[in-house]
Parts: sequence; C-alpha cells; structure tokens
Amino acid sequence: MSDLFELGKKWLKKYNTGQPLNIMEVCGTHTMAISRYGLRQLLPPNINLISGPGCPVCVTSAYDIDLILEIINNYDLNLFTFGDMIRVPGSSSSLLEQKSRGKKITVCYSPLDALNFAIHNPDQSVLFIAIGFETTTPLSSIVIKRAEENQVRNFFIFSTHKLVPPALELLVKDKQVKIDGFLCPGHVSAIIGSRPYHFIPLEYGIPCVVSGFEPTDILLSIAMILRQIYQGKPSVEIQYKTVVKPEGNRVAIDNIYDVFQPVDCLWRGLGNMPCSGLELKPEYQRFNARLRFPVPEIKPRPHPGCVCGEVLKGLLKPNQCRLFGQPCTPQNPIGPCMVSSEGSCAAYYRYERLNPERI
Amino acid sequence: MKDQNFKDVNIQLSHGDGGLKSNQLIHNLILEYLGNDLLNRLEDSAVIKAPGSRIAFTTDSFVVNPIFFPGGNIGKLAICGTINDLATSGCVPIGLSFSLILEEGFPVSHLKKILASMRETLLEAKTSIITGDTKVVEKGSADKIFINTSGLGLIKHNSLLSPSEVKTGDKIIINGPIGDHGISILSQRKEFNFQSNIVSDCAPLSSLVSAVMSKTKKIHAFRDATRGGLATVLLEIAQASGHIINIHNQNIPVRDEVRGICDFLGLDPLYIANEGKMVIFVDPMDAQVVLDTIRNHKYGKQAAIIGEVGPSGPGSVILNTEIGTRRMLDMLYGEQLPRIC
Repeated sequence: MSDLFELGKKWLKKYNTGQPLNIMEVCGTHTMAISRYGLRQLLPPNINLISGPGCPVCVTSAYDIDLILEIINNYDLNLFTFGDMIRVPGSSSSLLEQKSRGKKITVCYSPLDALNFAIHNPDQSVLFIAIGFETTTPLSSIVIKRAEENQVRNFFIFSTHKLVPPALELLVKDKQVKIDGFLCPGHVSAIIGSRPYHFIPLEYGIPCVVSGFEPTDILLSIAMILRQIYQGKPSVEIQYKTVVKPEGNRVAIDNIYDVFQPVDCLWRGLGNMPCSGLELKPEYQRFNARLRFPVPEIKPRPHPGCVCGEVLKGLLKPNQCRLFGQPCTPQNPIGPCMVSSEGSCAAYYRYERLNPERI
Repeated sequence: MKDQNFKDVNIQLSHGDGGLKSNQLIHNLILEYLGNDLLNRLEDSAVIKAPGSRIAFTTDSFVVNPIFFPGGNIGKLAICGTINDLATSGCVPIGLSFSLILEEGFPVSHLKKILASMRETLLEAKTSIITGDTKVVEKGSADKIFINTSGLGLIKHNSLLSPSEVKTGDKIIINGPIGDHGISILSQRKEFNFQSNIVSDCAPLSSLVSAVMSKTKKIHAFRDATRGGLATVLLEIAQASGHIINIHNQNIPVRDEVRGICDFLGLDPLYIANEGKMVIFVDPMDAQVVLDTIRNHKYGKQAAIIGEVGPSGPGSVILNTEIGTRRMLDMLYGEQLPRIC
C-alpha cells in the first residue's frame, strides 16, 4: 500500500477524538468507491459515512421522469439519453419499457451523438435529456452552441441540469440533518473549484475536503476532515490537487453560463430549491423541449413506500428502507437510488451485504 | 463447381435462395476458404467416425457489433468461442459446423476477410468446418452478418471436469489479463470513439488446455470467462459447487489501460467480456506445475493464481481488496452502463 494510505490510517488514529461523527460523501462516485473498496471496514466505529444527493439520476424528480414519458407519448420523437435514466421507473412506466414498445430511444454517451443524428435526419425531431451536475453541463452548452451555429431546427434538450452548492446549503440549514464534515465531489469541483464551498466552514463551521476517487484519496480525505475537527479549524481543503484548482476551470464555467441560467428546481427528496437548476437562457429557448412539446398537466405517483428522499438527505441508510433488498433490488428497482450505477441503495446492495453491521 | 466469373461485390438475396448464386457463393467463397474432404461433399450432415469414447458437443451464436475489431472479427470470434467451449471439457475438437446469416448488401470483401480469419484460426486449432449452411435475409432484417457455430469434441481423458467437481483448497488460475476483448469492442463503437491500443484477447485455447491436461490429472474445472466476465464465471462455479470462493484483487491481471478506461466510464473489469481467458480450478499440489505450463504457452504469459476455493457454503465469491477489506461479488444486473457524473 502507498505511503499516503499509511498516512491516512495514521491520521485517522491520531486525530480521532472518539466522538460520533457524520461525514457525508456528496458524490455518487464516492459512494460507489467507498462501498466497492469496503472502506467502512477500515474506519473507527464512531465515524459514520452517509451518502448525499450527488447522483444526478437519483435526484431527478419523479415529475421530470413522468413529463419525459408524457412527451414521448404525445410526440413523434427520437429520444437520446445517458444510460441509467432509461431504467428509472416513473409513476407507471420507464423509458426502457417504452423502448420495448417501439419508442425511438437511444442510449448515448455524448450529447454530440444526439446532435449529429439531428443534423443527418432533418425531418425528425430529436430530444436529448440533459442530465448531470456542473461536470456534464459544459458539454450540453457546447452542443447547444453548435446547434445554434449550424441552424439546427430539429434538436431540443430537456434540461435537468443541477448545481451542487445550493443542495449543500439546504442540507446544512436543515435541522434534521446533522453533518460534521463533507467529502466534496472531485469531478464537479474540477469545474467549479473549491471556492463555492467556503460558506460551509465559514458560516456553519463544517469542514470540507475535495476528494479524489481512489481508496487512498478517500481515506486520506476523511482523515483530513478529522484533523480539521481535532484542530478546531474548519476550512475547505483540496486533497484531489492533481485535478482540482481553487478557481476551477474558467472556460468550462463560462461555457455553462453562456447558455444556461440558474432557475428554481425540483429535486427528488429535497423539494423545490431556489436557483439550484439550470435552464436555457432566453436566446436559446428555442431548443427547450419543455416549451416546444407541451403536454397536459401531470401528477406523479411515486411508489408510496420509497424513501429515496430521506436516503438522499442522509436521514436514513439504504438498508433502513423497508423495500430495500425485497422487493427493491437492482434487478427490480423501485426507486432511483437502486437504479443508478451511482446510487447509494445500489452501492449498499451490491457491495456491503457482507458486513451489514457497518452500513 | 468454382466459377471464375464470380465478381459479386455485395451479398444479394439470391445468394441465399438455394439456386445458382447460392452455389457460387458456396463454391467461390466458403469452400475456397474453409473447404476440406468432409465439407466438400456438401452433404446435409457430416458423417464422422466416432471411436468408443466420450464426445462433447456445443453450439453458440455470434452477433457482435462491430464485426471487425482490434485483434479479430466476428469469424475468428465464432471459431474461438466454440473451440473454447469444447476446451472446457478438456477435449480436442473433431470438427465444427457453421451457419451464416447474411444481410442483403453485405460486402463480399468483408465476407472474404471473415472467412480468411476463420480459416487461420481453424488451422491453428487443428480442426475444420465439416458442415454448414448459409442464409441471406432482406436488408434490415439482420445486422450485416450473424454466425452460428457448433462443435464436436473427443474426450480422451478419464478426468471428471465440471464446476460441481471443484473442491475446498483448489487454486484458481487465469491465463492472463482480463477485460481486453470487451474494452477493444467498446473502443470501436461509434458512440465512444476513443483512441486505445487495447487488442481483443480472442484466441483458441484448445492447445493450452491440452498442455495443461498432459501435466496433471488433478484439474477439477475449466471455464472460459466470456460474457459477464470473470466475476460471473466465479459465481457460477461457486454456486454449482456449493463453495465459498476467495479471490485477491491485487493478483488479478488487468492491463493499466483497461483499468483506466473502466475507471473513466465507471465500469468494473471483473464484469468485462473476454474471448481468450480460461479460468482453471486445480488441486493445490499441482497448481504450480499448471501455472508454469500455462506461462510457457503463447496464450498464458501473464497467467496468475488469483484465489482459492474456501469451505462449503452458500455459493458466494468474496473479493479481498488490496487495502485489506472484503466484499461479495454479485451477478451483473443487466448491461453495465457508463456513469453520468
């Protein structure tokens, strides 16, 4: 094992006061890595890792899923989407089920695939579900700019893009949620930098460490949080220095705000949060699928037993959901946290069943 | 009869109608590349002499996309897949059947390339196609080319090779790095289109299996880790034998580039497909001689002992990580999808 890993273990021992601590990993990729490497097995029992709202599929509201399903049922469209979205159940169906019924749905790996399809098929309407946090939004922006330059008339996006800092602000303000430290997301922070998190230690006294994704990175980051608590000096530190700079990536940030503007946005489990989503600016509204494809008002009916919302806030562990494991499994997911490859329920189900006492 | 005037550029529906064009296709292409005494008879079934011993029989269909990829193509894959399925019984192939389903408009030049690599692989594995069939379907009814192959093999040993024969203490050996085939295919798909030097591991493993069988009688099971990857094979064997299997992550060979691409896309190399990887369960006393034999074979230079079979149990596989933690492996739930974030 690397020297850094040993250092992380040493710091864990040195700076652990023994007081119960809740440390939230915000990002779904962290959640998966923690479970996959069994990192909880290495932590002292007073340290409780909880998963946050950092999986874009998990926080997509049931309303948005049902709206997308309604749009493809009312209009003849070619829908392009990233992988996991296709399996998320809406109130009565999913994109996967609609695909098997003959709807034109393609899993793509870049929005450019959707745009290229639109360019080569000008007589067909193409809808791309733009999903993700600050990491994926710059690419959506570039695609919209390219569509504008090429005067593409048959390409539309359904934006579910969201911003991470407003969700963290909501969590630290929530009296029910007790968080003693944040593992901040590495990929998102590569774009926005570490400065947007400064309000967390400054106003709420909660330490933040931007972490990479290897087990060594995560262990060391947790130890850095313990050190901040031990020394009584909460701040924002960057452990993932090879990728994340305090100021972030200016070009990517400019690209986001050239095309998108913050809007109030509905998050699954967290509710409607002011200025937490991104929608197209007025000059790009002609690409907005929500406007281009109006549908009758819908009323989502999420599964009554699903507590993905509480799981996303860290109020409940996935295995505390009465649906967990039976009937909700990765083969038959009822909520999005069990669907997504980044979802905390899927991570717990796949990787943590060997040590149930530590999850 | 071979027709020197065969100059067709694309497959046409008439190549599959059983008439003149079909005949030309068979004589000018298929027999040209794959012909031999048995196949040349063009009989509805091949008659083979079966000595009084056990025979293994297998079949598989190949519908891979793209059909050409670094390190192989659908034809090589079809031959290797069937030979390797036979090899898991520890047997030598007697002969293979093949059935081609071609889409109207398929370039004959592509078919030639596919047949040529099939011939090359058959020669290497010292076997041949002994019966076959060809169909052509309308454009759009199939995706370019599908190949079904079946294989017959002669079992010359008395060992019982089966997942149910796996025993506590058996060592688990793999003949090289995992995930090469799946990642080479992925890198060629238009939706990814990333540069990679990864070449498919697609290879016929019958000679490797024969070499191993000649050194020990204490092999308990062979399995080729194709779709579903290494993890799926280990789980199948754990469940079939009713044992707990322990594997050690740091001992499992994975190329850095494969690991990097998997990390980038959020995929797990343990679940990525292979087409030239054999997982071998052997009595611990003979594990080293098997490992040495495999490492001396051209398809086993990077072979490794990756774990051992534990006590009887619920049929689970436990992965021991390099940081000293453990987790259970599960079957893959549907297709692995790259992450969004």
